[in-house]
Amino acid sequence: MSELYDIIIVGGGPAGLAAGIYGSRSRLKTVILQKGSPGGQAATTEELENYPGFPRGTKGPELMKAMADHAISFGTEILNEEVVDLDLDGEIKVVKTRSGKEYQSKIVILAPGASPRTLNIKGEQEFRGKGVSYCATCDADFFEDLDVVVVGNGDAAIEEAIYLTKFAETVTIIVIHDEGILDCNKVSAEKAFANPKIKWVWNSVLEEIQGDGIVERVLIKNIKTGEISELETNGVFFFVGTVPNTEFLKGKVKLDDRGYIITNDKMETSVPGVYAAGDARVKYLRQVITAASDGAIAAFAAEKYLAEEETFKEQVLKAEKPVMVAFWSPQVEESIAAIAKLESIAGKFGESVKLVKVDTYRNQRVASRYGIKEIPSLLLFNRGEAIAKIAGSLNEEMIVPYLNALITTE
Amino acid sequence: MIEVDKTNFEDEVLKAEGLVVVDFWSPKCEPCKELMPHVAKLAEKYQGKAKFCKLDTAANRRLAISQKVLGLPTIAFYKNGEKVAELTQEVTVEDVEAKLNELV
Repeated sequence: MSELYDIIIVGGGPAGLAAGIYGSRSRLKTVILQKGSPGGQAATTEELENYPGFPRGTKGPELMKAMADHAISFGTEILNEEVVDLDLDGEIKVVKTRSGKEYQSKIVILAPGASPRTLNIKGEQEFRGKGVSYCATCDADFFEDLDVVVVGNGDAAIEEAIYLTKFAETVTIIVIHDEGILDCNKVSAEKAFANPKIKWVWNSVLEEIQGDGIVERVLIKNIKTGEISELETNGVFFFVGTVPNTEFLKGKVKLDDRGYIITNDKMETSVPGVYAAGDARVKYLRQVITAASDGAIAAFAAEKYLAEEETFKEQVLKAEKPVMVAFWSPQVEESIAAIAKLESIAGKFGESVKLVKVDTYRNQRVASRYGIKEIPSLLLFNRGEAIAKIAGSLNEEMIVPYLNALITTE
Repeated sequence: MIEVDKTNFEDEVLKAEGLVVVDFWSPKCEPCKELMPHVAKLAEKYQGKAKFCKLDTAANRRLAISQKVLGLPTIAFYKNGEKVAELTQEVTVEDVEAKLNELV
């Protein structure tokens, strides 16, 4: 068993690294567990044109190296560990890795990212590393003066196709849509249309990859006519979206039916103290900047969570004398009045009773843990145990007898 | 690990007796650079049992393609000059060691 961390971050892409920066800068003991080197998918993306402040010519690997160095400079540890199992239910979370080690923390931020989607086309598996590739930066230079095919037409497909033209003689993009229609952004589309090395096959899908040991040709199917044509090529690059790396999280946190982690806008998952960030989360836009944003929010929310839990523990659960916990909200007028009344009651009891106020607008967690549905509500604690709940209008006649009883039994 | 290129690949790998492991990599391939130090450790551990080489495919493209390597990272295993096994893409050092134990 390791020492206790405040935050364990699973995954070292931009989401995990940003969470590391925010976490360790808040003086929280933060570790990133990352299979292989940090950077995630961004580290294998050559051209990164839209990360603000980093203009054209910024390379994915360089930006990710800078993010990792940034996190380390604030004290984040980055360990080469592949997470295989987690126990998230308790107050202390336990994370197990392939090397057999166990790590413990109060908070877990899940940022496992996503992987390129495979289509399971005939030959796709057989020719992996033999001309079939999902990583242009890794494999582009094999195809100098050769011909390649790109499958897909989103941002990644078109931008990586443009990158491939620096090496390949021709890049043929197979697009499922009608002529001229691409799913990518307009700037990239215009660039691609103007690029003389790029050729287009519209209304079509890849049917099969063939060759003898290495890729030699592909079969392309026109979805309008059903016609199948043959194209000689040396490589096939797939950019057809991604799938979340959340297999190991099934049954641990709530996932949607495609396997993405469900969170609220504070990046909280279905499990208290467990957050998610980046591409593995249900979200609208999956980019380096939104991943980093998620990471920042998750670490910030985690810090607040730890502070609130710590405060509640100190002031309520570990208190030696009876505690009145008042649940109020600045939006509920009645609850503001109730607080004033409770303050006056507490005043009459002097040192023998304590009043703790919980603003449910900012902290819903404690309220929901104790089943508080009505605001205002009052919980009476004695030696860490909730012994009475009074919901709605709080009057002195109801509360004082309780307190008297508690104090006289002391 | 022995650095091989078009001038010595034949002597070091194809004409070599016993087991030779070739790590195909390139300076642009991040997963390759991450894997390489782990393979280097295996080279020490299996000293005397297998020879370990590395080949920069960016500088030796034709040679790589002649070995039917068109994707990185690739770890190829040769026995008496014949390619007997190959691991490619999403390769972990555990996979490499498992394959080594199978072949040693």
